[in-house]
Amino acid sequence: MEKPRSELSLILRGVARDPLGLMGLIIVGTIIFCALFAVWLVPYDPIAMNIKDRLQGPSLNHLLGTDQLGRDTFSRVIMGGQVALKVALPAVFGAMAIGLTLGMIAGYGPKWLDNLLMLFFDTIRSFPTVMFALAVVALVGPSLETVVLVVMATSIPTYGRVARTQTLTLRNSEFILAERAMGASMTRILGVHMLPNIIGVLAVLAAMDIPTVIALEAGLSFLGLGVKPPTPSWGALLKDGYSLIRQTPWLVVGGGLPIILATLGFTFLGESLRDVVDPKLRKNR
Amino acid sequence: MVHYAVRRFGLALLILFVAVTVMFLMIRAVPGDPVQIMLGPRATPELQARLTAELALDQPIIKQLAIFYGNLLQGDLGIDVFSGRSVTSIVFQQLPHTLSLIFASIIWSATLGIALGAYAAAHPNTVIDRVTAAISVSFVAAPAFVVALLSLLIFAVHLQWFPAIGAGEGFWDRLDHLVLPSLAIGLSWVGYIARLVRASMLEVMGEPHIRTARAFGLSERRIVMIYALRIAILPVVTVIGVGMGFLLSSAVFAEIVFARPGLGKLVIDSITTRNYPVVMGSVLVSTGLFVVSTALADLINAWLDPRARAGH
Repeated sequence: MEKPRSELSLILRGVARDPLGLMGLIIVGTIIFCALFAVWLVPYDPIAMNIKDRLQGPSLNHLLGTDQLGRDTFSRVIMGGQVALKVALPAVFGAMAIGLTLGMIAGYGPKWLDNLLMLFFDTIRSFPTVMFALAVVALVGPSLETVVLVVMATSIPTYGRVARTQTLTLRNSEFILAERAMGASMTRILGVHMLPNIIGVLAVLAAMDIPTVIALEAGLSFLGLGVKPPTPSWGALLKDGYSLIRQTPWLVVGGGLPIILATLGFTFLGESLRDVVDPKLRKNR
Repeated sequence: MVHYAVRRFGLALLILFVAVTVMFLMIRAVPGDPVQIMLGPRATPELQARLTAELALDQPIIKQLAIFYGNLLQGDLGIDVFSGRSVTSIVFQQLPHTLSLIFASIIWSATLGIALGAYAAAHPNTVIDRVTAAISVSFVAAPAFVVALLSLLIFAVHLQWFPAIGAGEGFWDRLDHLVLPSLAIGLSWVGYIARLVRASMLEVMGEPHIRTARAFGLSERRIVMIYALRIAILPVVTVIGVGMGFLLSSAVFAEIVFARPGLGKLVIDSITTRNYPVVMGSVLVSTGLFVVSTALADLINAWLDPRARAGH
């Protein structure tokens, strides 16, 4: 489903007019830029050790100092952004696609299917996210893929419920009834007529969901249950920083600030996007 | 009301049943011999045989599930692989630590959040309102474990105002140990609750009974404090109930960062030692806690606001 370009640029212009939205755009843009061109941006190899220069404070050589193995913290922060997005983007888009499909089916399909899917959503939601993640990691073992899958599984219900509610409110509107009267198939009604009316709200939800996902990945890596070393992840930086907290503050600062910045950026962007896409939602928050 | 309560708790039970069954099947679906996974490479053949018989792994899966539920209904969550103690007693020994942390976080953040939200709603579009809004958004964005680490760094390691590790002995010492962890967990809730209360307060202030109160010449202060706030804090109850899972998740991190005893610390320690019965027991108990608190929040909401009952 290709949206006309003018509409997209209209939305972006609306976001950029709002100061918070502009700030969000800049932060998110910077993070994506750094992640895309990380290889050329890092001053040092993020996993190259240099024991001689370990645990240094910030200097012109090492902007954020070095860790216990002499690795450059700044380079690890930049590369960490890549890891964060590598987890967050597939997880969020996967959850959105599955949640959207199931939600539309629940909203449009027969009542028993609706009840079944809602029970499914409620069940997944009934696990406290981190506890569920820990249980799965304990069983399957830590890896980047596990983190993506866990995050995806836990956020499907959010998208599903919203997609269902939207579908329910639309299913008896005149243009859908007209389509039905003309004998359009269910796939056509859902894909061509419902989808464009739901996708905006879900996109806003996704933008707001990305920080949660980034934080969860960082959290799991901090616990040593996410991305494996020596892969530079913000959570892994915090893990090292935590064990060395009495020797140097710079690892905790270097790992913590990008997480806070990323959360801020995506939250600002999401809030502003919501006001532009659907001003009605504003009151419900 | 009774009808609604029965239905809501029926749903909670059904959800819990499905969740627990899914978790049980998940453990069984993991490739490889569960006994080997549970006991790890350290296991002796006798230990393996004993556990196989204990878990009834030689029985068909339906029977295993029945045995599992039979034990669960008697409050038996299994046996710690290493110490041989009952998982139930281990988990319930740690639970109070986690609960006190969660309640401390809710109490301070809800109090501050409601106060800020009510003030912002009573003085909309002033500087303080704007500042509250900006701070709210920023705080909502801060993940609990990053706040925990930064506050550990600043207030415990550098300024040394508060203790860095443990849960403390005696009432005041315990309270002292609760400050930083509950700060980390509660911080993101302050802004969230403030925004929620502000929005619902503004809505309530436009309703007829407030207009009536104004017409009677009551003071603005009395109207806000007594008549409006009472209704405006309703959504907070629901949000806290539904947010229980989120609070539990934050508590896991706060317990690790501040080396506090509790459910989260128990789970992490058990994962590293591959003590699966304890991991599963803790996850089960926390899931149960979450399901019950969500149902309770719905019930309280339905009790306070009859419209919510009709909606179902």
